[in-house]
Amino acid sequence: MHPDLTERILQHLETADQVDTLDLASQFAVDHQKIVGALKSIQAHGELVTAEVATHKSLGLTDEGLSVVEHGSHEALVHAAVPEEGITQAALMTAGGPNAKVGFSKAMSHGWILVDKTVTPPLVRRKVEKITDSVKEQLKQVAAGKGDALPSKEVTDFKKRKLLQETTTKSFVLRRGPEFATTLTKLETDLTVEMLSSGLWEQLKFKSYNFDALGAPPSRGHLHPLLKVRTEFRQIFLEMGFSEMPTNNYVESSFWNFDALYQPQQHPARDAHDTFFVNHPAKSHKFPQDYLERVKKVHSVGGYGSKGYGYDWKLEEAQKNLLRTHTTAVSARMLYKLANQEGGFKPAKYFSIDKVFRNETLDATHLAEFHQVEGVIADVGLTLGDLIGTLYEFFRKLGITQLEFKPAYNPYTEPSMEIFCYHPGLGKWIEVGNSGVFRPEMLLPMGLPENVNVIAWGLSLERPTMIKYGINNIRDLVGPKVDLKMVEEGPICRLDHV
Amino acid sequence: MPTIGVKRDLLFAALGKTYTDDEFQELCFAFGLELDEVTTEKQMLTKEQGDVAAAADASEEIIYRIDIPANRYDLLCLEGLVTGLLVFQGKLKPPKFQFVEPAKRQVLKINSSTAQIRPHAVAAVLRNVTFTQESYNSFIDLQDKLHQNICRKRTLVAIGTHDLDTIQGPFSYEALAPEKIKFKPLNQTQEMNGNQLMDFYATHAQLKQYLPIIRDSPVYPVIYDAKRVVLSLPPIINGDHSKISLNTKNVFIECTATDLTKAKVVLDTIVCLFSEHCAQKFTVEPCDVVQTDGSVISYPELQVREERISAKKANAYIGIDEPAEKLADMLTRMYLEAKVDGEDSLAVKIPPTRHDVIHPCDIYEDIAIAFGYNNIKKSLPAFMQIAKQFPLNKLTEQLREQVAQAGFTEALTFTLCSRDDIGRKLNKTIEAIPAVHIGNPKTLEFQVVRTTLLPGLLKTLVANRKMPLPLKLFEISDVVVADENTEVGARNERRVCAVNCNKTAGFEVVHGLLDRVMQLLSVPWKSGNVTKGYYLQAAEDPSYFPGRCANVMYDNVVIGKIGVLHPTVLQAFELTTPCSAVEFTIEPFV
Repeated sequence: MHPDLTERILQHLETADQVDTLDLASQFAVDHQKIVGALKSIQAHGELVTAEVATHKSLGLTDEGLSVVEHGSHEALVHAAVPEEGITQAALMTAGGPNAKVGFSKAMSHGWILVDKTVTPPLVRRKVEKITDSVKEQLKQVAAGKGDALPSKEVTDFKKRKLLQETTTKSFVLRRGPEFATTLTKLETDLTVEMLSSGLWEQLKFKSYNFDALGAPPSRGHLHPLLKVRTEFRQIFLEMGFSEMPTNNYVESSFWNFDALYQPQQHPARDAHDTFFVNHPAKSHKFPQDYLERVKKVHSVGGYGSKGYGYDWKLEEAQKNLLRTHTTAVSARMLYKLANQEGGFKPAKYFSIDKVFRNETLDATHLAEFHQVEGVIADVGLTLGDLIGTLYEFFRKLGITQLEFKPAYNPYTEPSMEIFCYHPGLGKWIEVGNSGVFRPEMLLPMGLPENVNVIAWGLSLERPTMIKYGINNIRDLVGPKVDLKMVEEGPICRLDHV
Repeated sequence: MPTIGVKRDLLFAALGKTYTDDEFQELCFAFGLELDEVTTEKQMLTKEQGDVAAAADASEEIIYRIDIPANRYDLLCLEGLVTGLLVFQGKLKPPKFQFVEPAKRQVLKINSSTAQIRPHAVAAVLRNVTFTQESYNSFIDLQDKLHQNICRKRTLVAIGTHDLDTIQGPFSYEALAPEKIKFKPLNQTQEMNGNQLMDFYATHAQLKQYLPIIRDSPVYPVIYDAKRVVLSLPPIINGDHSKISLNTKNVFIECTATDLTKAKVVLDTIVCLFSEHCAQKFTVEPCDVVQTDGSVISYPELQVREERISAKKANAYIGIDEPAEKLADMLTRMYLEAKVDGEDSLAVKIPPTRHDVIHPCDIYEDIAIAFGYNNIKKSLPAFMQIAKQFPLNKLTEQLREQVAQAGFTEALTFTLCSRDDIGRKLNKTIEAIPAVHIGNPKTLEFQVVRTTLLPGLLKTLVANRKMPLPLKLFEISDVVVADENTEVGARNERRVCAVNCNKTAGFEVVHGLLDRVMQLLSVPWKSGNVTKGYYLQAAEDPSYFPGRCANVMYDNVVIGKIGVLHPTVLQAFELTTPCSAVEFTIEPFV
């Protein structure tokens, strides 16, 4: 900013109707660019002046032209270098200056010098003693700013000789504008306490806002996208009247994780390839003894109307500790409690959402740990129709209305149903979960009444979240590699808001 | 879930109908199968092995790859699948399997020595079989599928099939020292003993996985014929002498096992599915298996079990109301022939192909499948319940919201980690930490269950180094500590952990968060005349900068740590900016 300069410009315009910035530059003896800068800051304060673009073509000297003005034209220099007695052409080339060759031919055509071939070697001699160096004189005029007077023939010739060049200069023609004033008012950027208390805000001018720019981001913390979805699922279950199960026990015995669920001891899920077994603490020792005996019996020889699996059930296998492979281990504990609580069985609806662990092959959609969502209902005389009806209500709350059920196999549910939903975005049916009626071989040894049926379903929290937000790699959603920018920019979770 | 590949054109020919892919997919879906992929041998070779050269000569015949439920062994080959589907569509009556008594039964005698290694054996004979190339392949594939699934990779049951005309009964099932067993294994030209065989197959792509089942045993199981020709060395390989070919007419099937129930199921399944290739369809020749105590048991059992169910109960279980006759029809379509037998009673015949049916609820499921899951009327359980949140989770939800409002961003990190993550990198020795250790980790990332939330947050910081500072992160989640006083020897503990990462460590930032959380929990700062509350107590911890670490105390008990992280800890996690951290349990505040 040049407050002085802006005011000098404005003061000049107070009397002059119009002025070119180039003229101002020479008048104020400052660089033209500085005048233009000052003009910009005047313009930022409003329509104090109007500025019209003007272009100026002007002739200027090249470096070679400047040298002519100082030392004389090439031909004059050559003429001066020819001595009285004459000089060989070769010697003249060195004596005649850096452009002696051009000077020689010009001087020859002007008839200032001649080549005497009567002697050997031939000598260059002066033809006339006195010459007028008009090139130098004309260029002098240009250097003095009087180039306009130069005849166009000379201009073309000098341009060809690279003594002159034409330059274009942009300038502005200034006139007084509608808001003309001789001084600049400073524009305020923001309203301050002082302005309010002094009442100054009434007189001040404020800089106009750029409404196309974004605001300053609020400083804030953020919740993780997957856990926002977890909150939403909890809310849905609570709205449906389901009570939350205590799932804060990642380490579980094989007994509760598998045997209690009537999953035979040779089942592939119990293989080390699929399950994380714990070697410290390796074994569980405390089991409800009566119940354990009943579980052993129903596996090995059957009972409760079942043939059983007909194998040698081993306590050591049931004792092995592991990281639970499903939250259904907790459901089993809750159902056992429900059967053995004081006052006997009462109908119940349970849910849980928590981590489970699988020793699986990892890929873009599978991690060794993920969240399982589970719902369980126990009551006298529940039907498969009740399960289907409940699933429709549950998925409706997730914004999913089209369901299909496929027969499936699961060791602890019979009937078992895979849940498919139609995804309009993907345009296809996708599997979203598993469900079924718990087997009597699982429920009756717990001590639940024979007429009580238990229906249940489960799904992963990650899969619907990835589909909802279009995430292809699970590591972009869970774990330390998650981009915090994604966390920061994530929307609130509204599953039923399609 | 096993997947089988069948040639589409053969399948449609056998089904007597041509379907579009979609139509066939719908049929599968209703029956509980899934058409997983439509492919060709050529595509499979190219995809799986990237072997374009081998694929060039491969067939371009369309192959359907179909997912079969893990308990339906009877659907694991084309023959079984076709029968199952035709019966389901009501186009075929469930076949009845019959014994044909030979003049003299084949005998398999179990020697007591097998008790040490693989004590059970069963056997059967299929007579006058006509193999085509297709049915021969199917026969081999079925054995492979059974081996992979119900046989648990041959540990529970191993199947051997032989050309009966090349061998001479009675057969003997024994267990002998490996060096005493000498024979030419299938498709080999040289004889070898048990030990040589182990070496020979040590690098074999398919067979090497089965070697450990018996390798270190002092005796190996082996089946001989009357002339001491080796039939098989279960569960590894058969002998070359008795191998079956396209020209084989009479097949001797033996199964050796550690689980007798499964051996019987496997034998029943094979003879049921392949007796349709016998000259007299669905007939089987029984064998006598002499037990170690001299008693004789006839195999296969091919037992047709009868189960009585109540129509009312079945309807009620599913939530439908169908007359008993209709239920009987539906069951028959599911391969379970049923008859109305009294007012509310159905007599259901469970054939030897349906060993998966072990309880009336399995029958109810088949009714539901035949009725169509998607035709069942929706209903809702009638009772109401006042729902309750788990208090610890409720508090967690409330605190997460508040900590985020305090300007910290939530991370979600892994529960499993390496020993170094909670030990060496935090300047601690793993032996001194009460961590739960995983016995069979596949990678270093899954060696232990975390005992602190800190490493996960530090890893999240490193992965987000490009983000502008300060970075303030938190997580409220469970760690697991070994604890002998609990039922399983370990317990979860719900913790809150927060880190501040900036140009300066900023202890006061995490301290301020601690103060804020305590304020939200209505816990006063213990000072002067306030006797209960929280306070900081200077402490030394190798993870923290000396003199910049304190215990978080609540009612005079240590509930956590706060401090500036030690530069060597930062280095171990590849962090170049200072960090302060606070971590404490929230369980006392529930």
